[in-house]
Amino acid sequence: MTLATDIALKPKDFATDQDVRWCPGCGDYAILAAVQRALAKQGIPPHQIATIAGIGCSSRFPYYMSTFGFHTIHGRAPAVATGLKVARPDLQVWVATGDGDSLSIGGNHFIHMLRRNVDLKVLLFNNRIYGLTKGQYSPTSELGKKTKSSPQGSVDNPFLPMSLAVGAEGSFLGRSIDVDAKTLGDVLAGAAAHKGTALVEILQNCNIFNDGAWDHLSSKEFRADQTIVLEHGKPMVYGANRDKGIRLRGLRPEVVTIGENGVTLDDLWVHDAHDEDPTRAFLLSRMEYPAFPVPVGILRSVQRPVYDQLVNAQVNEQRAAKNANLQALLNGRSTWIVG
Amino acid sequence: MSPSVTPAKPREIRESVVIRFAGDSGDGIQLTGSQFSAASALAGNDTATFPDYPAEIRAPTGTLAGVSGFQLHFASRDILTPGDRADVLVVLNPAALAANRKWLKPNGILIANADAFQAKNLKMAGFAENPLEDGSLADYQLFQIDLSRLTNDALQGYGLSAKEVERCKNYFALGLVFWLFERNGDLVEEEIRRKFANKPLLLDANLKVFHAGWDYGDNTELFALRYSVPPAQDIAPGTYRSIAGNEATALGLVAAAHKAGLDLFYGSYPITPASDILHTFAGLKEYGVRTFQAEDEIAAICAAIGAAYGNQLAVTGTSGPGIALKSEAMGLAVMTELPLVIVNVQRGGPSTGLPTKTEQADLLQVLYGRNGESPLPVLAARSAGDAFDTAFEAARVAIKYRVPVVLLTDGAIANGAEPWKIPDVDSLPTIETNLLDDAAKLDGQPLLPYLRDAETLARPWIKLGTPGLEHRIGGIEKWDKTGHISYDPQNHHNMVKLRQAKVDAMTAEIPPTRLEGDTQGDVLVVTWGSPYGAALTAVRELRAEGQSVTHANLRWLNPLPPDLDAILQRFRVVLIPEINNGQLVKVLRAAYAMDIQQYNRISGQPLSVAEIRDAIRNVLPHENHFQEKRP
Repeated sequence: MTLATDIALKPKDFATDQDVRWCPGCGDYAILAAVQRALAKQGIPPHQIATIAGIGCSSRFPYYMSTFGFHTIHGRAPAVATGLKVARPDLQVWVATGDGDSLSIGGNHFIHMLRRNVDLKVLLFNNRIYGLTKGQYSPTSELGKKTKSSPQGSVDNPFLPMSLAVGAEGSFLGRSIDVDAKTLGDVLAGAAAHKGTALVEILQNCNIFNDGAWDHLSSKEFRADQTIVLEHGKPMVYGANRDKGIRLRGLRPEVVTIGENGVTLDDLWVHDAHDEDPTRAFLLSRMEYPAFPVPVGILRSVQRPVYDQLVNAQVNEQRAAKNANLQALLNGRSTWIVG
Repeated sequence: MSPSVTPAKPREIRESVVIRFAGDSGDGIQLTGSQFSAASALAGNDTATFPDYPAEIRAPTGTLAGVSGFQLHFASRDILTPGDRADVLVVLNPAALAANRKWLKPNGILIANADAFQAKNLKMAGFAENPLEDGSLADYQLFQIDLSRLTNDALQGYGLSAKEVERCKNYFALGLVFWLFERNGDLVEEEIRRKFANKPLLLDANLKVFHAGWDYGDNTELFALRYSVPPAQDIAPGTYRSIAGNEATALGLVAAAHKAGLDLFYGSYPITPASDILHTFAGLKEYGVRTFQAEDEIAAICAAIGAAYGNQLAVTGTSGPGIALKSEAMGLAVMTELPLVIVNVQRGGPSTGLPTKTEQADLLQVLYGRNGESPLPVLAARSAGDAFDTAFEAARVAIKYRVPVVLLTDGAIANGAEPWKIPDVDSLPTIETNLLDDAAKLDGQPLLPYLRDAETLARPWIKLGTPGLEHRIGGIEKWDKTGHISYDPQNHHNMVKLRQAKVDAMTAEIPPTRLEGDTQGDVLVVTWGSPYGAALTAVRELRAEGQSVTHANLRWLNPLPPDLDAILQRFRVVLIPEINNGQLVKVLRAAYAMDIQQYNRISGQPLSVAEIRDAIRNVLPHENHFQEKRP
């Protein structure tokens, strides 16, 4: 059982003495700081937390966290983390991964982690590029993207990670932009509190190989008009003037202007993060630039059975119900004596 | 039925009998065979079994592809193999005869389900004429039994469908051979009662058919003779049970976890012939066993590595194709120096190969099949019962040295059963985990996750969740002692050497190599894995003829036993029989720069005593050389 301590923790309590080796200006710095702030706020001490990563720039994350940490192999962090969480349900387990790590080489583990609803907090750094291998298109790169491995433009249709996660039965789906400290903090706090797999997609800039990947959403100039911060139970309003909103016509979302054509606040789609039916979460996951403001915040947060708890419950039930006698086990059902 | 019934017919005493059951894969052949073995073991015989079943679950009825076989050797002496060829062959259809006839000895007893020898079945089995009628089986003692009709007769009035009646016929055959070999049917009846506890009609029907088979043997004029195999006398005293290799592997690991005071984590993806290990573990939750049926082989080992980091006895199990997928993660376990047991139940390869057939061709794969210098210890079980001890040893070494350990078994060991002397739990050694579980143990020094034990070179296994012991590990090369990332050239060289030295240090764990025979002489036969039994039997037979032949079996394949080099030098010829193209031969030639003879047959079947005996004769010094004339 992870318990908050009485002693107030500070973000620096979650930092290590290792030099952070991301490129200067990398979006990962802001994410690291946000996670350390969120953990300090949560109040669970470093020794009750483990950070597991795959391979890629983002996966260096464990070295910079004062928790227990494991930098594993490419794509496999969800699998290692699943084993750890099943073995040690007392630890809070975070996973740091990227778009290549989780959506390409580790796609299988990614969807099965979500399906099982293992109690893991997953930071999906999405910079739409392979950074550590120096700039190839990734499974979230847009069609037509010119990179070292796609000089005429990528012909590889990308995933929308949140759509994939809805299809994989994800129980907690959050999204934020690396530089949006407020939303990122809120989403991380929600993820930390969630029981089950909490997936946080972080739209992150790679200033070396994909600079400006999310500028259309992250810049102060555009953010208010091209993103929408979801709040549970609130109508979907956005825009620099707070005059735009999303209305749901059947299962078709549309952008409306409040006050125009008789549209009022009451006409807007009210966000229900706890809706058991994933249909609306899927609609949110499809809202893309430029037709829609991109949803950030908590898209979905529902409770359903948690894999590691179920595994351990079965073990505990059997232990309580049966007398585990190793000699009897070795003897089996029928024996005979010689001599 | 009772064993106390005085046999009305004369009986012949036999020292050993090999019986082979064969039929469609839906005929219950494996069950029939297992029940006969269990009854033979209970009767005090030594036994060894060899299930020989197809990859298809239910290939079309009556086809060669669907033939399932089960061979059992039972004897009044110590035996080590399921037997080369059968004294008795029971076939439930023509395809079973076509596929198994080659295993029956000349003049052997052939019991055939005559009902099944009809035009359609004969054609599917490739017979132009009915072999029961055309004289082609004159070399055997042929007994034609109308199994289907007799089963049907026995079940008149039960109201069962034709299909249900047909599915009872294996119990008729079993009842008949129980009568023929004077086996006690109590165990079978118990099993029928258990299996059909919720189906009273089928319970009665199967009991009835089993008894009818026995009575048929007793009453018909067909059989003039019964056979008796008295209890074995040369078996070590103790309490015994029958065990198959996969179950023994699982139990050995559970016992090791118990002796280490750890819970056990088993990550696995279903694969033939390893799945029974998963099935066994899944039923042992009260022993603190957690099973994770992963989405793939990679996740299976990675989850186990996660559990190892979380201080459980972590195990992953698979067959060769799974090892191929796990290789990168095996390297991660080597690099992070975490305890892990990797079980490879070898099958025919490459690729999908022969999933249900045995082979020993993954030795080089587990020794060398990873990127970089990636040494890890490799142990191999020689028999079903030995899988318990070898699995226990693999776990003990993994924990003591903080390393991934490969345990090799194979399809023949995994599915073959033999009597097993049950160990006394109290006599098994305690396994010290020596967890670093308190920051006070650091005596004020900083935590060094790669600080090494002077003797074992093991790094600390750090208890996760302990305040002050937070640390980071990973697959990137690390600085000695601190475990921090390091790209330093000299440090990498040192670490490569250290990881090798750590495996080399495990020679301290290897007991002196046991030689059956002489300490020097003409021929030394060296085995690993399942050829052990056939090779030792062949050696014993040749020694009985006065030949200078000795046998040694290797449990440790990496590192090699420290005394092995000197032992090999003391024999004029060293011969290694393997079910591969000569893999241990390559390893030993490279290790000792000496010439070694090899004998290999890679047909998915265990090596036989006869062929190993011939292979030894072929390398005996010239003055002793003669070639047995074989049919």
